[in-house]
Amino acid sequence: MENPPAIVEIRDLSKAYYRGSQVVPVLHDISFDIIEGEFLALMGPSGSGKSTLLNLIAGIDEPDSGTIKVGGVDITALPETELARWRAVHVGFIFQFYNLIPVLTAFENVELPLILTPLTRKERKEHVEMALRVVSLTDRMDHYPGQLSGGQQQRVAIARAIVTDPTILVADEPTGDLDRVSAEEIMDLIDRLNHESGKTIIMVTHDPRAARKAHVVRHLDKGYLNDASPQDTL
Amino acid sequence: MLLLKILFKNALRHKLRTGLTILSIAIAMLAFGLLRTVIDAWHAGVEASSASRLVTRNSISIIFPLPLSYKDKIRQVEGVSTVSYGNWFGGIYIDEKNFFANFAVEPKTYLDLYPEYVLRPEEQNGFLRDRKSFIAGRKLAAKYGWKIGDVITLKGTIFPGNWEFVLRGIYRGRYNSTDESQFLFHWDYLNEMMKKTAPGRADQVGFYMIGTKNPDISTQVALSIDRAFQNSLAETLTETEKAFQMGFVSMSDAIITAIQLVSFVVIVIILAVVANTMAMTGRERTAEYSTFKALGFGTGHIAGLIFGESLTITMAGCIAGMIATFPAAAAFAKAMGTFFPVFNVDADTLYLDIAFSLIVGLLAAVVPTYRSLKTGIADGLRTVE
Amino acid sequence: MKIPFSYNLRNLWSRRLTTILTASGMALVVFVFTTILMLAHGLQKTLVETGSPENVVVIRKAAASEVQSGVERYQASVVETDRDILVGADGQRMLAKELVVLISLPKEGSDKQSNVVIRGISGQSLRLRDQVKLIKGRMPRPGSTEIITGASVTKRFKGADLGDTLRFGMRGWQVVGVFDAGNTGFSSEIWGDADQLMQAFRRPVYSSIIFRLRDPAGFNAVKERIESDPRLTLEAKRETRYYLDQSEMMAKFLRILGLSLTSIFSLGAIIGAMITMYAAVANRIGEIGTMRALGFRRMSILSAFLIESLMLGLAGGLAGLFFASFMQLFTISTVNFQTFSELAFQFALTLDISWKAIAFSLIMGLVGGILPAIRAAHMKIVDALRAK
Repeated sequence: MENPPAIVEIRDLSKAYYRGSQVVPVLHDISFDIIEGEFLALMGPSGSGKSTLLNLIAGIDEPDSGTIKVGGVDITALPETELARWRAVHVGFIFQFYNLIPVLTAFENVELPLILTPLTRKERKEHVEMALRVVSLTDRMDHYPGQLSGGQQQRVAIARAIVTDPTILVADEPTGDLDRVSAEEIMDLIDRLNHESGKTIIMVTHDPRAARKAHVVRHLDKGYLNDASPQDTL
Repeated sequence: MLLLKILFKNALRHKLRTGLTILSIAIAMLAFGLLRTVIDAWHAGVEASSASRLVTRNSISIIFPLPLSYKDKIRQVEGVSTVSYGNWFGGIYIDEKNFFANFAVEPKTYLDLYPEYVLRPEEQNGFLRDRKSFIAGRKLAAKYGWKIGDVITLKGTIFPGNWEFVLRGIYRGRYNSTDESQFLFHWDYLNEMMKKTAPGRADQVGFYMIGTKNPDISTQVALSIDRAFQNSLAETLTETEKAFQMGFVSMSDAIITAIQLVSFVVIVIILAVVANTMAMTGRERTAEYSTFKALGFGTGHIAGLIFGESLTITMAGCIAGMIATFPAAAAFAKAMGTFFPVFNVDADTLYLDIAFSLIVGLLAAVVPTYRSLKTGIADGLRTVE
Repeated sequence: MKIPFSYNLRNLWSRRLTTILTASGMALVVFVFTTILMLAHGLQKTLVETGSPENVVVIRKAAASEVQSGVERYQASVVETDRDILVGADGQRMLAKELVVLISLPKEGSDKQSNVVIRGISGQSLRLRDQVKLIKGRMPRPGSTEIITGASVTKRFKGADLGDTLRFGMRGWQVVGVFDAGNTGFSSEIWGDADQLMQAFRRPVYSSIIFRLRDPAGFNAVKERIESDPRLTLEAKRETRYYLDQSEMMAKFLRILGLSLTSIFSLGAIIGAMITMYAAVANRIGEIGTMRALGFRRMSILSAFLIESLMLGLAGGLAGLFFASFMQLFTISTVNFQTFSELAFQFALTLDISWKAIAFSLIMGLVGGILPAIRAAHMKIVDALRAK
């Protein structure tokens, strides 16, 4: 069997934080690949560097050394403005605290990333409605985040993440702020996205129940990658 | 545009804070507008000056008189078209508090020189015919409720005694800048009385008012007049009306400068307030702006949001302040009475209001924008407010 | 339980930028407020100290100042014979007949001209003014065209120092001395021989008569006598009163203008304080809830925030007062509207003004902080704890 294509290639990635004069290393020479269509869970104790790794892959942080290639593009070599443009097209974000814009309705929140594209108003509307249909939230389009429950807000956030049809979906503790029932719903949704649309999903979580849905689980400990353990989920 | 909607809605997020900020800007613009209007009012005399009028006075100082006999010699100077003369009377109407300018003037020539004092023909004739009469500006007459035919008494300070006058005309100013608070009466009336009570002071004028044929030759005419009286008993100093009026203004130089300085202090104060507001707001939105950046919005967008919000607030305050300036100026003018006979809000003042509000709005957005740009996306997302 | 003071201090310090900005706004307002009071006070101080309560100034009735006044020679001789004039150590009556006129002189360092008071003096003039001291040169010889100039005049006008010659009234006048009268109006005057000046200006009448009372308490009797004399059309004032009246209009004008502006500015500063304190409250909702849950009473919360606001005001007030005090280094020179002559005076800071400034700043802090403090105190504990 030939090797399935890697959509993300990480080589010798290192990052440290600087607190005043103190240097705190976070990631040490991380190298691995993520296959297209893979559902990857990054796990590890607090301070292990998993969120940092996710941020680097998503292009919202810069490594000290090493390279990351996503879809063949070396994002570590891109200057800031191009990186921003790259993100708009290729990355969908799902945050722990949803990070919806409170003054915009659910519809408008989902529409936000599309403003950066040349789509017309009509076309944008179509994409937004489609995304909201996927997350089953069309009846609450005109509600503000403040009027939605945690689970509903996260679903809006997911709709926003998929509306541009990105190359990768990154999720940072997507169920971290949700009750058990909502958490299950969200994980089902994310799983469906991966199964039905073949989306590559990279998820950071400390919740073992959430990680159960993933194909591959990688553990980070003190900035070092332990061996990957493929899971028997299929 | 969605971003515009975000901008406005952001400004309204903290209604109380935004409202207070707008209010403080409005107040500052109001104060600034009033101050500028006060300074403009101080210069009213200068503004109302005509380029073809000259003032001749005793070169020692304005309190020394000139002989009436100079009249003929001045008339003969080349370039002179009209010669009038008068004295500052300095009379008090009932109380020292009721200050207004009152002059004894040669009526016909003076009115010739001041076509901007518009009188109805019958009133003008009435004034010229009756030596005991006077004319008053519209604002002055309105302030004290004087009507044609009223007898008004002034208590003399420089020319002692109680002086009675009959109101025969109320003039209105042709321009916005014309002083409508003057009290003008017959020089002959004053002189006749002086001949009787203090003959040593008769036939003396406080100043000559001269009209030139052409404003371009005014400076030469002035020099010619002074040359004519060099080395005589009373040497003269002739200047354009504008220079003469500026002389008065520069006497209060120190105060005017102080007021101008204070106007700028005002701007600095509001800058502090608005900058404070924007800084606080900026800090609270760190995570949000980082979300925008994560989604792919660039520096331009973020800067646009911050600057836009800041400018929206400052301009709203500016407009409120500008509108409030007019009634406030009216109230101030009333309180200051005839001390500032012309008190109008100038268009320049309004332009400056807008300019300063723009500057404040821009400057206040600088630090929050800088901060949000400097903060890495990951760091920004981490901050939870 | 009382919330410790250090809690307030540390909170102000932790949001440094905001604290500094708000306090600066208030400092500026206090600065303007204090400076205006100092200005009006300095003006009046200068003019009041110019007079002595033992001296009497006699001018023509209804004349607002010496410049407008005219006292005929024979009227002056009538006044000279009054029995209540103090006889000095030299056996002479302490009375001086003076001429006061204004002349226009070019100012130092500009083309502009301004009016200066020229006082024609006679023998007793210097003795009548204890505040005036000759600091350079000598007194002018009687009957000569020599003059002495006040210290302010030498500084502010061209060619008025010792050794210079001023030209006016078609003559040259040699400056043979400079006198200092401290902060009083005399420092802005030029003195010369009355008769010489009267001739040069062709003014055959005096402007005023100054004399010292034999008994300062007997002023009213003298005033009565002079003002009811049918030969005279004069009025008499105590010298202090005379000079006080001269500054009244100007001081009032400055105060009205200044204070109305300050009240407008202070509104701005108060609003700045309100914004800051509302934000402070909003920022510490969780804290407040926790403190209430721990048992701190509403009143304690309210006073804590109020104290913070007062401290902001106080900081601003002290800073504003500090900088305003430096204004005392400056001298202002302007034309007194009433006398039409140039007057130099300084900003005068008094304890009274200082207290007013601090009180004003505290009031700003109070008004700005009261509403936010009330909001903080009346928050429901449950709501406060639930907010992130």
